[in-house]
Amino acid sequence: MAEYRIQIKDASKNYGKVEALKNANLNIGAGEVVLVIGPSGSGKSTMLRCVNKLETLSSGDIWVDDDCVTDPKSDIRKIREEVGMVFQSFNLFSHLTALKNITLALTTVKHTSSEEAEKIGKQLLERVGLSDKEKSYPGQLSGGQQQRVAIARALAMNPRVMLFDEPTSALDPEMIKEVLDVMLDLAKEGMTMMVVSHEMGFAKAAADKVVFMDEGEIIETGTPAEVFDSPKEERTKTFLQHIL
Amino acid sequence: MAEIDKEARIEVTDGALIPDSAEKSIFSAWNISFFGALIILIILPIVSPDPYKEILLFIPDGVAKTFQVTVLSIIFALVVGLFAGLGRLSRVKIINRIATIYVEVVRGIPLLVQLFYIYYALGKLVQLPRMTSAIIAMTFCYGAYMGEIFRAGIQGVPQGQMEAALALGMTRSQAIWKVIIPQTFKIILPPVGNEFIALLKDSSLVSILAVSDLLRRGREYASTTFMYFETYTIVALIYLVITLFLSRIVAYMEKRLKINGRV
Repeated sequence: MAEYRIQIKDASKNYGKVEALKNANLNIGAGEVVLVIGPSGSGKSTMLRCVNKLETLSSGDIWVDDDCVTDPKSDIRKIREEVGMVFQSFNLFSHLTALKNITLALTTVKHTSSEEAEKIGKQLLERVGLSDKEKSYPGQLSGGQQQRVAIARALAMNPRVMLFDEPTSALDPEMIKEVLDVMLDLAKEGMTMMVVSHEMGFAKAAADKVVFMDEGEIIETGTPAEVFDSPKEERTKTFLQHIL
Repeated sequence: MAEIDKEARIEVTDGALIPDSAEKSIFSAWNISFFGALIILIILPIVSPDPYKEILLFIPDGVAKTFQVTVLSIIFALVVGLFAGLGRLSRVKIINRIATIYVEVVRGIPLLVQLFYIYYALGKLVQLPRMTSAIIAMTFCYGAYMGEIFRAGIQGVPQGQMEAALALGMTRSQAIWKVIIPQTFKIILPPVGNEFIALLKDSSLVSILAVSDLLRRGREYASTTFMYFETYTIVALIYLVITLFLSRIVAYMEKRLKINGRV
């Protein structure tokens, strides 16, 4: 059994001459919640998207438990089933109801029977507080509701890890809390989470570790208290002054 | 991959002028042309039953044939177009190349020439029935245009939809069939409706293969009675009424889609 749930080792990613990610190393243990912060273009989303291979590393390796994501021989689809992802722009399937959004992958990928999938879907909608919206289409839901459905959709696959790519950045301020509450519950239940976000409140309440990135590099890693209250690096200090 | 503005219509229009839904006046261009044509079609046989009533009784078989050619061709063209569109977006080089060559070749040859080619030139190898040749030619031609519509429609679905599907563990083809294609139908419905109208008009070309469509029936009548003016007036009016009617349906569909737009 692997020591870490997610292991990122010497990871680099180039787009042409642009180095989006430079030699990143990060280990995330089971049940750990890691918040990745940094200015835009610092490579945080790139690093996250490499974990389930929506982007492919130029060099280096990433493991999810014992499965090597970067090994061309490993079945990336199997790994993706274990790694839930939540996007900034929700990306709900706009032609399907909230419930069908959740059940589609269950029936097509896991070949769950449709009755069973529906049962799971309804339970998950209840869990994110949207039981009354199962028949609504994404266009009929608020941003916060859509993002909660998106979290439920990812949870349906019963993942071991959840990736959040700026889950609240596209939301109006009054809707951020309802999404963060769902994420907090998840963290309390012991889900391993890698979150790209600047939500300080969430970080202080739930994060075990904060990672600060700039220009493709991991500059500083520590507990929320260490990084927010007494950052060691100059760049971290400057950045924190800007966002606080 | 460029994202398409959701409000934008995919303009591959050779169909008919789509009536502007904002135009409410009873004297709108559409109302004048449609009801004008309809009234003339009704009044002519009443005022002068000989020859107009006779022409109107002679022609309906042709209208049925025209619809038969149009509907069958559009159905086959949709199937061909779906695969041509997917082929144009395929990551497999050879499939991509074949689909692109198909589209280029078809667009470079006039439909009338394609009709001649399939019936007369290929007739040297296999002589197909006229009707079959006509439908194959129309399908072959319109499949290429449909392919471009499907391609644009698929590209119009935001990239995030594919990513979300892949992130859940779906294969690319599961994502395409379960997530992407169902969402393209909404985008492509209006341009497909437009192609239907264009195809209906182009179906008059099949009369050259002696398929007795609307135009051919008119020609048959005119050549025995020598009443060219009267016959072709009726033929033209019937085409006009049908295409204007269909264009109104396309406009209506478009409006409905905008209201129900769930994107």
